[in-house]
Amino acid sequence: MADVNEEVYVIPEIDTKGLEKEFPLSKPGFGAGGKTNEWRLLRPVINYEKCIKCLICWIDCPEATITRGKDNSVAINYDYCKGCGVCANECPTKAIEMVKED
Amino acid sequence: MAVSVMTGSRSVATAVKLAKPEVIAAYPVTPQTEIVEDIATFIKNKELNAKFIKVDSEHSAMSALIGASSAGARTFTATASQGLMYMAEVVHWAAHARLPIVMAVATRALASPWSILNDHTDFLVQHSSGWIQIMCENNQEALDTTLQAFKIAEKREVMLPVMVGLDGFILTHTSMPVDVPDPDLIDSFLGKRMAPFALDPDNPLTFGNVVDDKYFMEMRYKMFESMQNAKRVIKEVSEAYAKLTGRSYGLVECYQCDDAEHVIVTMGAASGDAKVAASMLRKEGIKAGVLRLRVIRPFPKEDIVEALANRKTVSIVERDLSAGIGNILAHEIKSALYDAGAKVFVKSFIAGLGGRDILPEDFVNAVKSAASGKKGDEWIRLNLG
Amino acid sequence: MLLRDVKFEEKWLPGNAACPGCGLSLGLRLLTKAIEKPVVVIPASCASVVQGAWPKSSASFPLLNIAMAGAGAAASGIANAYEMLGKEGTVVAWAGDGGTADIGLQALSGAAERGENIIFVMYDNEAYMNTGIQRSSSTPHGAWTTTTPEGKREFKKDVAAIMLVHNLEYVATASVSYPVDFIEKLKKAEAHKGTKFIQLYSPCPPGWRLDASKTIEVGKLAVETGAWILYEYENGKLTISPISSRFREKKARRPLIDYLSLQGRFAGISQQDIAELEAEIDRKWEFLLKFE
Repeated sequence: MADVNEEVYVIPEIDTKGLEKEFPLSKPGFGAGGKTNEWRLLRPVINYEKCIKCLICWIDCPEATITRGKDNSVAINYDYCKGCGVCANECPTKAIEMVKED
Repeated sequence: MAVSVMTGSRSVATAVKLAKPEVIAAYPVTPQTEIVEDIATFIKNKELNAKFIKVDSEHSAMSALIGASSAGARTFTATASQGLMYMAEVVHWAAHARLPIVMAVATRALASPWSILNDHTDFLVQHSSGWIQIMCENNQEALDTTLQAFKIAEKREVMLPVMVGLDGFILTHTSMPVDVPDPDLIDSFLGKRMAPFALDPDNPLTFGNVVDDKYFMEMRYKMFESMQNAKRVIKEVSEAYAKLTGRSYGLVECYQCDDAEHVIVTMGAASGDAKVAASMLRKEGIKAGVLRLRVIRPFPKEDIVEALANRKTVSIVERDLSAGIGNILAHEIKSALYDAGAKVFVKSFIAGLGGRDILPEDFVNAVKSAASGKKGDEWIRLNLG
Repeated sequence: MLLRDVKFEEKWLPGNAACPGCGLSLGLRLLTKAIEKPVVVIPASCASVVQGAWPKSSASFPLLNIAMAGAGAAASGIANAYEMLGKEGTVVAWAGDGGTADIGLQALSGAAERGENIIFVMYDNEAYMNTGIQRSSSTPHGAWTTTTPEGKREFKKDVAAIMLVHNLEYVATASVSYPVDFIEKLKKAEAHKGTKFIQLYSPCPPGWRLDASKTIEVGKLAVETGAWILYEYENGKLTISPISSRFREKKARRPLIDYLSLQGRFAGISQQDIAELEAEIDRKWEFLLKFE
């Protein structure tokens, strides 16, 4: 098992002093495209006994919703994972299964 | 204080030299070419320390400046006619992006057919772009206005780009005495640009991503407010400049207006001929004056109404055409007068398209036509043969 | 570079508006892993909208949106401004195939000719995807798009080849399916002067009628069939990248049908068109191998 490593996401504190209400400016943040977890029909589930920490799923995830831990363990960030299935398709040990969302 | 005899192009280029923009991007188009050629020479001679990006098109010129201005630089370009139209997509973008870019427009007739000669349609059709627009009468004003443009644009309560218009060939290629302010004076007048926001890896902001219908109107409202602020800022900047140079400019200029019964309204270099015409008319006993439109955007509604509301006639002489309605500014002026409940006879004259001269006699005849109560738009000296 | 050496930090944030399995989303994520301080310009394209909507953005790096034709020019402006102002950052234009090969070609060529210090990445999803899958000059022969429902007649414009003759220090092709290769190429590009160009193969599940989970797999098939050639042109020398080098011999390449059959956009392709595509692959290899 591994936990999502929230520390990997780099979001600096920017004091825009309300500039974004006056000028077309936006600040970095999660979910700029909405609650993308709600797009899922399937969710990836990692079988940690098969996982060899090869990091292929981590590098191939288009969403940065697989986080990498200091020990190279990987975890799915279900808050925003879209369920595309690339990770399951690429995993060399078939450690990831795409499971139907309830 | 140093008086030189120089062309309008050189006056603008000299102002740019004094304003010290960091990035200039421009594409040559007649009759703007001497402006950018001078800038290249100033850079070569180390009189100006700037990057002059010799872009591949006018669209690229404005796109490059959107990039440079977003990065925090003071920026300048110049264009005319076809170039301004080609650039138009990003002209609007620059204003909506709230970037204080300064652009000189050497006015020139639009094709088809080809003409390199002067008229104002190119400048005026961009009047809904969100740019502040100021039209100059002579080379001195072209230098002064270009300098002031940077200060006006960069003011926090404005943050809108400024378009400085000067008549193609009539001003750009004609030499006049111009007083060039001392560089140190201008350094203290302008200072360096202090951008309230800029592309910065340490403060990563996204510029211009999608704003949906929940806030787009509010963004436009903010622009609208800034344009209103610009009316005051233009006057304040002019006063500050006047303290340094003795020369002051308003949103409009009223010449011999005090007791005028018949006012000519016009814009640009031909205003000089209109002033001569006003004096000619006065010799005949007709109390004429000239209202020169200098700031087109923000539209100086109050100044126009004050200057025109209580006259007998108003003769608006423009060198532009919005086919299907007539002159472009005349309708804005008429609507301002209507809103104020003014009951003055306004007549519209289409003149000077494609470089045709507008002579003092033309203004005299226009006033006489208006004074006779003859209704309807008139075309001045059309030779249909 | 080893996969393990790729950095942990994520500056392309989750919850962006990209379709599931989007190649360009992965591409942007990889960009942030390769470049320390990217300052990115994005012209009208899918990338413009995948950032999400105001007041948020999925980009935790400075990003300037610009009109479709203006990427090369806007990037030039930023690079010049940064130099004058003494600011640090690597300017990257991130444009789709439309905003590069078609409407954006002039500004790209202009920037390259002027030697502007920018990295221009053309992420190639082979059509105007953002507006609903219309053909671009980068759409392959025989592909369905909404404006080529009969299958595109024309052949794919080779933008990387066009950039080869712009006298640049670095031109490369890359693919999101080979992430470490792309990261390495970006790092190499960054170390060079002037304009650097990378054409990035970037699958689009909806546009290619591809299962979203196959984004990486289809990219590998593109390389293994020889349809996409990974190469680098550095300081006058052209090298076929090791990953593609195995497929220089025609007999080493997988049959093209293996690549095409994964994608619904080629479902109606004729045998004639397939043969023409195979001949095009042979021609491209022959052309590139001349310069190796």
